[in-house]
Parts: sequence; C-alpha cells; structure tokens
Amino acid sequence: MNWITNYVRPRINSIFSRREVPENLWSKCSECGTMLFHRELAENLNVCTSCGHHMAISPRDRFKALFDGGVFVEVKVPDPVADPLHFRDQKRYPDRMKAAQRDTGEHEAMLVAEGEMGQTGIVAVAQDFSFMGGSMGMYVGNAIIAAAERAVKLKRPLVLFSAAGGARMQEGILSLMQMPRTTVAVQMLKEAGLPYIVVLTHPTTGGVTASYAMLGDVQIAEPNALICFAGPRVIEQTIREKLPEGFQRAEYLLDHGMLDRVTKRTDMRDELITITRMLLGLPPAVKGTLPKPEAEAPAIEAPATPATPGAKK
Amino acid sequence: MSEPKSDRPTTEPSSYLDFEKPLAEIEGKARELRAMARQNEGVDMEDEAKALDAKAATMLRDLYKSLTPWRKCQVARHPDRPHCRDYIDALFQEFTPLAGDRNFADDLAVMGGLARFNDQPVMVIGHEKGNDTKSRIERNFGMARPEGYRKAVRLMEMADKFNLPVITIVDTPGAYPGKGAEERGQSEAIARSTEKCLQIGVPLVSVVIGEGGSGGAVAFATANRVAMMEHSVYSVITPEGCASILWKDSEKMREAAEAMRLTAQNLLDLGVIDRIIPEPLGGAHRDRKASYDAVGKAIGTMLGEVTGHSRDKLIKDRRGKFLSMGSKGLAA
Ligand SMILES: [Zn+2]
Repeated sequence: MNWITNYVRPRINSIFSRREVPENLWSKCSECGTMLFHRELAENLNVCTSCGHHMAISPRDRFKALFDGGVFVEVKVPDPVADPLHFRDQKRYPDRMKAAQRDTGEHEAMLVAEGEMGQTGIVAVAQDFSFMGGSMGMYVGNAIIAAAERAVKLKRPLVLFSAAGGARMQEGILSLMQMPRTTVAVQMLKEAGLPYIVVLTHPTTGGVTASYAMLGDVQIAEPNALICFAGPRVIEQTIREKLPEGFQRAEYLLDHGMLDRVTKRTDMRDELITITRMLLGLPPAVKGTLPKPEAEAPAIEAPATPATPGAKK
Repeated sequence: MSEPKSDRPTTEPSSYLDFEKPLAEIEGKARELRAMARQNEGVDMEDEAKALDAKAATMLRDLYKSLTPWRKCQVARHPDRPHCRDYIDALFQEFTPLAGDRNFADDLAVMGGLARFNDQPVMVIGHEKGNDTKSRIERNFGMARPEGYRKAVRLMEMADKFNLPVITIVDTPGAYPGKGAEERGQSEAIARSTEKCLQIGVPLVSVVIGEGGSGGAVAFATANRVAMMEHSVYSVITPEGCASILWKDSEKMREAAEAMRLTAQNLLDLGVIDRIIPEPLGGAHRDRKASYDAVGKAIGTMLGEVTGHSRDKLIKDRRGKFLSMGSKGLAA
C-alpha cells in the first residue's frame, strides 16, 4: 500500500519523492521538513510525527482507520449522465475524468461506506481532494443523497469528511445545482432525527462550504484546514490588502464562532464515537470490547484504543 | 403586455456595449440630425433621420438575433438594465421594505419586504445592484454579505409564518468575497438561505433578471418555479473566473461563457429553469415598460401554477424538482 499514490497531485509528488526519497521509504514533511519514515507516517494517519502537520489522506485510508477493524462496505452511488454539457476547455472533460481515474485508482471524488465505528453503526462519506480537486459535480451530489438515504434506511448517523476546491466547473450549472440537492439530503437526515456530523478537512471551499459542509449538527475541523467560501487570493484581489495570519484556517473559524471543534486526525475517531453515541442516547463505548483488527487487515490499522472520555471513568 | 411597437426602439441606452458600436454610431447620427433640426428653424432632417432609424433597427435585429453567450453576459450586466428596485416599483404595490438581519447589519445588496402583487400580500426579496456610483457602492454592486442572506432567511420565515407567497428577484455577480464577509460566515449564511428556501411551506417563485451568480443566486433561486429573462445568465462561476481557472487566462471569457452553457436557452434545455421571459429587441433596458410587463406576467403565471397547493406538497415538489435535476444532459 503506497499512500503517496493517493496523495494530492499524485504525479507531481511521486516524481518529487522518487528524486528526493529513494524507494518511497521516506517522505519529507512539507511544513517542517522532517524526513518521515513512510510506514510510521501512514500509521499516524499522514500526520507529521514531528510537527503535527496534517497531510492529505485518501478516503479509503481514512475509512480503514475509522471503521472497527478497518472493515467497511461501500455504498453504491448511481452514476450520473457523463459530460452533460459536452464541456471542453483546454482538454475535454471526459479526458480529464479518465486521467483522474487513472491517477487515483478511484471512480469519482466521493466514497460512501457503511460499517461500525466503536460498535456504533454509521454511514460515512469522504471527499477525495486528489480526484479533480474533490470537485462537487453530479456524482458528489448523488453520493451525498445515496449516503443520506442509506443512513435514513438504517437509522444511522452520517459522518461526512469534506475536501474540495468547490463546484466542478465542467458540469456548469448542474454542479451549482448540487448545492440545493445536497441540502435536501441533509434535510432527510434532520427530519429522521439522525445526527449529521461534518468533519471539514483541508481544503474545503466554495459551493461545498456554502452547502452541505456547513449544515452539520456538529461541525469539526482538522487543524489548520483552509475553510472558506471565497479563497484568500480572490479576497486579496478584491479588497487589495494583505489578510491576517491564519485567516480562514480552522482555528480562525473556531475563534469566529463558525465551528464547534478543531480536532487532530489521530483523535478524530474517538471523538466521533463519543459524540455520535451521546446524540443517539447510547451508553459510552466500552474499552476492550471492540473486535481486534482482522489478520488480513491492511497495513494501516485502526487506532488500538478507541476509548472515549466517558469510558475512562 | 405592452402595445405593439414601431421599429424604433422606445429608449436608446446611455451607454453601448462593445459589440453595439456600429449601432451607437448610427443612432448617434440620427440624434444629431434631429438636434440640428430643432436648433435651425426651417431645416427638415426627418427623412434622413428616419432612414438612419431604419438602418439602426435592422442592425439591432441582426445583432440580437443570436447573441453569443458572452454577449448575453454583457447584456445581462448592462448598466442601464432594469434592476430589482425597478421591477418592485413597477409590479408591486404598497412595497414596505424590511431591514436587517437582527444580528449585525442591514445589507443593502439585498432588498426585501412586504408588498402586494395583484392585490395579494406577498414577500418580495431580491439583489439590487444600484444604478449610479453612489447607489452601486451602497449596494455593493449587488454582492451580498452574510447579513443579506440572513435577512432573506428572516423574511422567508416571516412569509412562511403568515402564509405569504415569496417572490425572489435574482441579479448578482455572486456573494461578496470580503474579509468581514468570510469572518461572519458567508458560507454558512448562503447554505442557510438555500436550506430555508427548501423548508418554507408557501409558494416560492424566482426570476433571474440579470446575473445569476453562483451560490449567491442559488440561495434565493431554490424555488418551486424559476424563470430567466431571455438575455440573463445563470452560472456556477463568472466566465472570467472560469477562464482564469481552466484556461489560466481571464481573457478567455468568451470561450468559457460558451463552454459553461449559461444562457436561459441552455438552462431550459437542461431542465434547470421552467421558463424564459422574452425581452424587448436590444435587451430589457431598451423598453422598460415591456420588460416589466413580461416579468409581471411570468410571476403571475408561476404563482398561479403553485397557488392552492398544500404546504407539504409545495415543500415536497420543490425538493423533488431539485433532486431530479441533472437527469438529462444537452443533446449532442
Ligand atoms: Zn512536520
């Protein structure tokens, strides 16, 4: 399992890493420059063990760490009409899609799964920034709707991990229409009384932030994630002044009352278990009763101690 | 509808778009001739002026017969184009503006309030761009801040409570990309406004009169019925923005406008809007009265289509409309 193949701008990075870090055994933290042993980094969920910088993680790797024993079942997402506008910029949209599929090994920019997290049944959705910037097109809309419908059917909470530059321009107005479509999905959950937890990861911007990613019952962000409607460059061009340090980062939004919490990725699973179980009126997750990761489980294991603060008493 | 018109447009614009330059010259010459005739008694230039009028009319027809998408963007942004305030003044009675989000400020980029439409009390909400330097700055060129969306949410809630239909008038380049707007939760405000549109149990109809700019437009236009004026545009990003991202060159806006399919005609084909409101030849600003009449008629028709439906049906139909959107693409 080579995590770097799922990393943002995979090709650029893999060329870079081939030159700098032979055989991909080591990679360099983009924040602090520390050389990190690949396996150790993967075990720490792509969080730098030296400075705590959160690097991108693929939806699959995230789910392996999120679900008990790394076991989850993918929820099928209906495929939308391909290239509805016959869009062409410098490349044809279908060619861009093929390239993204080849580079990521994924079908689209969103993965939906169901399974157990701390013995709590959930449905989870994760957006894949490495797939065309995680952009929200009809597939992403369909994925969120499918996830919400599945959650309602199973009476389970929905946990959503956002990561996107915004709407997928190649789908034009139909990408914009995913804002109301996904909002309907969120309403299905709310009307069923099911928790909808949003985890905002780096970066979450544009129409994604201005729809489903800001409508959670609980809004959590990973440290230093860029979260905004308009990006810093656009704002600097508009107001012609320099923006303050940390502007639009998770901690800045927390200070401005836009988030409930900023939580490290390595603590996220425990926190999600704690929150969802309380919202569902369930007793605390008990330490030690969880199934161990299965023998054939992938290299990235679920955190060994999914105990909650409640369980420590 | 207005009376049948002569070939000569009712009003000539105070400014012309780049592609209208030859037209501006001819219309200008006709104006000069008439001015000369007024100043010099006994000089009759009317025949010459009329010949120029006819030439201008033919040119106008040719220019507007099939506007390119980029030219439509230009017409949609025309400084003389009637704005939200104009339509409210022309089509609604007893308009009583209601201000503020009860939280931080009143955002003048969004106007709204109680009014009567064909005697019936309604809530009308829209983006207002302003029409001179002072009002454009006050109204931030129609680019709303979070307070604008939160005001809209408040007014929609009020309409829902008192069972008043909501009419939204969309005309914005997009939500304002500013420091304060971001700090006060621009994304959340837009998301809540779209959410509110989907929750209210009263008829909600929307008209895009100029620019339907991205999330800032969706926040008002998530309606039971959506109409677009013939030369208005509605898109996920401005053509300039799209060009700078996908072409790495903001000068490629013509190509981007073409590729994005942002015209009313394209959006009708895609099932995103329900109807197109015809505009006077040369754009809404050339015959304001005709434009007001056409918009008024469309609002009346759309309201008629959903009036009398139960709260549940209104909500269910609105959600269903958006859920099923995108099931068909454009023909090859
Ligand atoms: Zn580091």
